[in-house]
Amino acid sequence: MLLSWRGQLRRKGIMRKNAYYDFTQRLYGSDIAAAFYILSLKGGFRFVGQSDWFRADQRGKFNWDFLNHKDTPLEEVDMSYTVINYRGLDNLEGQQSLRTLALRGCPEVDDWFLARLHVFEDSLEELDISHCPRITTGGLAALRNLKGLRRLDLSSLPGISSPGLVVILLEEMLPQCQIIATGYDYSIKQHGGEEEVQR
Amino acid sequence: MSAWRRLHVKVRRAHGLFTSRRVTEQYTWMYGPSTLGQNLSTGKPLRNDFFKAQLAAMRKKAADALPGSSWSPFDINPNLPPERADIVIIGGGVMGWSIAYWLKQKERVREGVKVIVVERDLTYSQASTVLSAGGIRQQFSLPENIHLSLASADFMRNINEHLGVLNEDPVDLQFNQSGYLFLASEEVAHIMEENYSTQRQVGAKVTLLSPTQLKEKFPWINTDGVALASYGLENEGWFDPWSLLNAFRRKAMSMGVIQCCGEVTGAVACSVVHDGITACVEQVQMPKGLEYQMVECAIVVNAAGAFSGKLAEMLGISSNPKDTIAGTPVPVEPRKRYIYVVHCPDGPGLDTPFLIDYSGMYFRREGLGGNYITGASPKEADEPDTSNLEVDHQFFEDSVWPRLAYRVPAFEKLKVTSAWAGFYDYNTFDQNGIIGDHPVINNMYFATGFSGHGLQQSPAAGRAVAELILDGNFKTLDMRGLGFRRIMAQEPILERNIL
Repeated sequence: MLLSWRGQLRRKGIMRKNAYYDFTQRLYGSDIAAAFYILSLKGGFRFVGQSDWFRADQRGKFNWDFLNHKDTPLEEVDMSYTVINYRGLDNLEGQQSLRTLALRGCPEVDDWFLARLHVFEDSLEELDISHCPRITTGGLAALRNLKGLRRLDLSSLPGISSPGLVVILLEEMLPQCQIIATGYDYSIKQHGGEEEVQR
Repeated sequence: MSAWRRLHVKVRRAHGLFTSRRVTEQYTWMYGPSTLGQNLSTGKPLRNDFFKAQLAAMRKKAADALPGSSWSPFDINPNLPPERADIVIIGGGVMGWSIAYWLKQKERVREGVKVIVVERDLTYSQASTVLSAGGIRQQFSLPENIHLSLASADFMRNINEHLGVLNEDPVDLQFNQSGYLFLASEEVAHIMEENYSTQRQVGAKVTLLSPTQLKEKFPWINTDGVALASYGLENEGWFDPWSLLNAFRRKAMSMGVIQCCGEVTGAVACSVVHDGITACVEQVQMPKGLEYQMVECAIVVNAAGAFSGKLAEMLGISSNPKDTIAGTPVPVEPRKRYIYVVHCPDGPGLDTPFLIDYSGMYFRREGLGGNYITGASPKEADEPDTSNLEVDHQFFEDSVWPRLAYRVPAFEKLKVTSAWAGFYDYNTFDQNGIIGDHPVINNMYFATGFSGHGLQQSPAAGRAVAELILDGNFKTLDMRGLGFRRIMAQEPILERNIL
């Protein structure tokens, strides 16, 4: 019972962090609310037309200057190693000019999250989902909607069973996209043979 | 001197039958003479153990003979269901186990309801659940159906929160997020547009595609004859039905639901209330043999899938005159459908949706090796015979392959690797599920008749039935439109997107 409570508390904590920032949205608009959400989860972002990034440091402290840029949409978002999940995308849904999304090493990003990324299908050009433990092949099929994708990073995904084949199928599915998939063992093990093909 | 002793011990041990002794002996050898001495003093030959076992058996016999023990001269089958239960769910498919799980989930008091699930075939050889193609979609025309599918998708998204058992592996549904693609010809394009607006209103994420957009997105489709296409963007795809069934079963059994392997062969009414008959004692027959057990229960849930109509008849619902309310039969009968596994190396790739043509043909990708699952709905006139699950390969040659090759030219060269057949729990009245209680028999509930989309609606439908039983009313989703009342009143609610 204590173990299950621990699991439930952890999950509730993640849900609370990913809740919809309705209040902030009503007061400041959806862009500032999205920015605030990203900073609260210790991510980073860059506004359209600006060149410097706004980030939160290790302890969660960040600069409040982003409030000066009202109604500026976000262009690049870096949520690597944060606990963003499916519900958290409620906060980012209105961003129509999002070009880069980095989700490296996020433990809560799974197939359903990837399916919901179709809201960015017109604008998204770079997606980094390397090292996310919950992504499987079924979720990668959901990336078919992102027709504007130019760069996809799929390195070291423990959930895919045959990475070489999956990368080939993805390259066929998204012909204009450059796919980076390092960190896999592409060697073909023959029965009794010693042949190895290294990628 | 000690060396000679060690040798002596080794010789004695070598005659032993227990190889583990030899292992322990090797171990103790390393630990010095003190342990060795201990071994020597306790080491007696095996005759002592033999006597010990005999003595234990005699003691057990004596204890059994004394009063207060549970021994009886008659061998009772340990697999019989208990004599009393609160709720008996007839049918151990995904719908039955979903209801069992939700009943246990919603009970306020620990062990508040005693639930039994009776399934006559634990290998599930004829069950519709495991033989299904496993798809889930929100593209229906009836808002209740869309709500059920959306709620079920939400459930499956958080399935480990709901059905995760401590110390066991997490549930892996192998969900492919690929979406459904419906193709409409000129005649039915307006129906598709109306359906699209209903779906959007309820909250499903669908989009309409024109033939040019369709060709751009899926270059391998032949768009002749297609006027409009409807494509699901999210919450649609296919998964493994067996994993879902096992997840429900494992979680429900961990919460205390009793599984019973047997067939319900009759019911005895024990009180007649006004015109209503309260069926409350079920006769459960054991699978091999003539044993049966009468199970007293308060509520019966009919989740028997394709065999619900026959079950209802057997339980005496239609023994009443046909034109009375009590005599209306449950209009669910089995309909056989075939699924063929084909292999085509040049077929469409990873982005293949679950394509459903207006001619009734459908196919989807299976795995990564160029295999596809395909089938078609036969016309009303030539429904196949439902006495067995034999596959008719001529049907593939006549009805499925021509339409498949017409729609996707790459499928002209394919090879059928495997096929199977399964039953739809076909609701002959209006092809939509029957969820709710019987208006006259006040303790019989139904969750059947889904006609091919039961698996995808099972989590939400199970929750609806559990709410009806425990709370008395639907709480989260209003399923009154899908109740038995419409069958009494002969008002069909037709689904215009069935395949």
